[in-house]
Amino acid sequence: MAQQGVIKTAKKLGLFAVAMFGFGFAMVPIYSVLCEVTGIGGKTGVISQSEASADEVDADRLVTVEFDSNVHPDLPWKFKALKYKMSVHPGEMSEAIFIVENKSDKAVVGKAVPSVAPEKASVYFNKTECFCFTKQLLEPGERKEMIVRFIVGSELPEDILIMTLSYTFFLVTDNADVAASDTKAVKTIS
Amino acid sequence: MSDAAVHDDHHDHKPTGIGRWLFSTNHKDIGTMYLIFALTMFFVGGAMAMVIRAELFQPGLQFVNPQFFNSMTTVHALVMIFGALMPAGVGLANWMIPLMIGAPDMAMPRMNNMSFWLLPFSFTLLLSTFFMEGGAPAGGWTMYPPLVFQLGDGFPFLIFAVHLLGISSIMGAINIIATVFNMRAPGMTFMRLPLFVWTWIITAFLLIAAMPVLAGGVTMLLTDKFFGTAFFDAAGGGDPLLFQHVFWFFGHPEVYILVLPSFGIISQIIPTFARKPLFGYSSMVYATASIAFLSFFVWAHHMFAVGMPLAGELFFMYATMMIAVPTGVKIFNWTATMWKGSMTFETPMLFAIGVLFMFSIGGFSGVMMGITPVDFQYHDTYFIVAHFHYVIVPGIIFGIIGGIYYWLPKWTGHMYDETLGKWHFWLSTISVNVLFFPMHFIGLAGMPRRIPDYSTQFADWNAIISIGGIVFGLSQLIMVWVVIKCIRGGEKATDEVWEGAHGLEFTLPSPPPFHSFTTPPEVTEASAHS
Repeated sequence: MAQQGVIKTAKKLGLFAVAMFGFGFAMVPIYSVLCEVTGIGGKTGVISQSEASADEVDADRLVTVEFDSNVHPDLPWKFKALKYKMSVHPGEMSEAIFIVENKSDKAVVGKAVPSVAPEKASVYFNKTECFCFTKQLLEPGERKEMIVRFIVGSELPEDILIMTLSYTFFLVTDNADVAASDTKAVKTIS
Repeated sequence: MSDAAVHDDHHDHKPTGIGRWLFSTNHKDIGTMYLIFALTMFFVGGAMAMVIRAELFQPGLQFVNPQFFNSMTTVHALVMIFGALMPAGVGLANWMIPLMIGAPDMAMPRMNNMSFWLLPFSFTLLLSTFFMEGGAPAGGWTMYPPLVFQLGDGFPFLIFAVHLLGISSIMGAINIIATVFNMRAPGMTFMRLPLFVWTWIITAFLLIAAMPVLAGGVTMLLTDKFFGTAFFDAAGGGDPLLFQHVFWFFGHPEVYILVLPSFGIISQIIPTFARKPLFGYSSMVYATASIAFLSFFVWAHHMFAVGMPLAGELFFMYATMMIAVPTGVKIFNWTATMWKGSMTFETPMLFAIGVLFMFSIGGFSGVMMGITPVDFQYHDTYFIVAHFHYVIVPGIIFGIIGGIYYWLPKWTGHMYDETLGKWHFWLSTISVNVLFFPMHFIGLAGMPRRIPDYSTQFADWNAIISIGGIVFGLSQLIMVWVVIKCIRGGEKATDEVWEGAHGLEFTLPSPPPFHSFTTPPEVTEASAHS
């Protein structure tokens, strides 16, 4: 009877619709994996200490790494790199220091998001230690030195002579008052 | 169209009064409601377009403030796409598919009722945002974050409106596929289906595949704003660009969801008035299916300027070019159908030929923008506005209007006023070109879209565009008058309506009985294929 066929077709199509709804969300991890593999969006990689030391140092080559530091307007912090640029050998472990200062009279939590340009270079830029992995709490007026240990892979293409590591510090709020602070942020922008 | 069912069979009692419409499970009544809703929304969205054109008539700010102007462009798009075009397409599908495949009604009549009645609720949510703090959505119909988060109290209303629209169209699509797959008359094989039915099957599959992805995307917007997730928030490790990928993964198939039914309609109209069978029936089916399939692999051509890797730009450029091939097949087949036909030019045919010509203009500018390097010049200018309005207005709306003129005598039992119909066509065609063609020029000259004020060098063309817009808007009132006049009376339409018209819908009386085919008709190779 046709009615049974109708129900069967409708069920299959309904399942298909639900699966596509899931696919919408699946695009999030797919996108992030794709970005990591191809370097879209300047996503940087993380490797362990031992992996880093396994890389061969290319003493004949020098690459310039520039540091760029930004603070989101909502965050009352000052943030800058101690040295704006440095020259490193590919495969060599290096260390850069950033200074953060809380200019307000309240304790504030912030989080830094890294990005590397050009995108082509970001795949070879790996960190073993970074303040960007965790939320940072600064007491009123507190000043802190933050360290990032990184290694530029020796496989880095020859044509890349200069790359930029950029950090932006964002305000972190508790989930509970995210909504409230969001509307506040909206008001400041508009 | 309330007298559409006057010649009802005696054995079934037809509901009366408001209940007939509220609780309707009849495909014709629901189709009628869809079409009336679409027409209403067409004028609501049109009124917003008139506000836009009034403001842009001269440089400087005259009538509305920039925030409200942006709301007008944003809500105009949402209302026209989700409120006018899609419901009009679904309305025609509801009315015609059971008639065309020889079924008594849609497969799931109650679900059909629900998919329609979700629409008024959805648009109540959307349009109520005009009266809220923060106003109506103004960040563009694409709802890109983080801009969309600046919307005030209306934000959740926008999201839930989109959710309801999605549920409505997914249910509608499931119903259409279930109907065609299970309720065809004996002998009505898939390759004998009228092309309008074919284009709707494919459209329905696109809807089921694409709408849930949009629902997922806007759900993520909602949780980003209210529940502390960070899908699109760089501060939490998310990426605003991801939303553009999610959105256009829906957005590009959506383009074909809108246009394929129009292709189906003109594939019915042209053979009738050329008095020849459709040229290349099976290639039409395969071309439509290829367009639909390819539409899932071209979404990032909306995003050429966001900074994609070269390989991505190239892939999406070539994939986009490829869509021109099946589209070209269709254009060729329609032209070949008319070749050496004994053509007459009644209003539906005029609109169909209008689609053929003017959709091609929009198609060509689409190919231009598909070329990545030059797209950087066109991106976010009036050139793109010209492109998609050529595709949507003379490409889709003309197709729908053509379908309305074509089947109106079937629905009402009366012939419409041909003279007024021709006036409607010619006024619309002339004004639509005055309205949209100069947008190519100002776009190439660098006028950005979505701005209430502009550099004085664009003033002359903008004034001309606005005049075209007003004439086009007013011309549509002629159609309303033709439809009302036709419902009220007129020359009696025959069963066949048009000389030599093929298809099962023309074997039924005009207007058709309340329940279409109570005994399924027999379809043979000879009676199929118009």
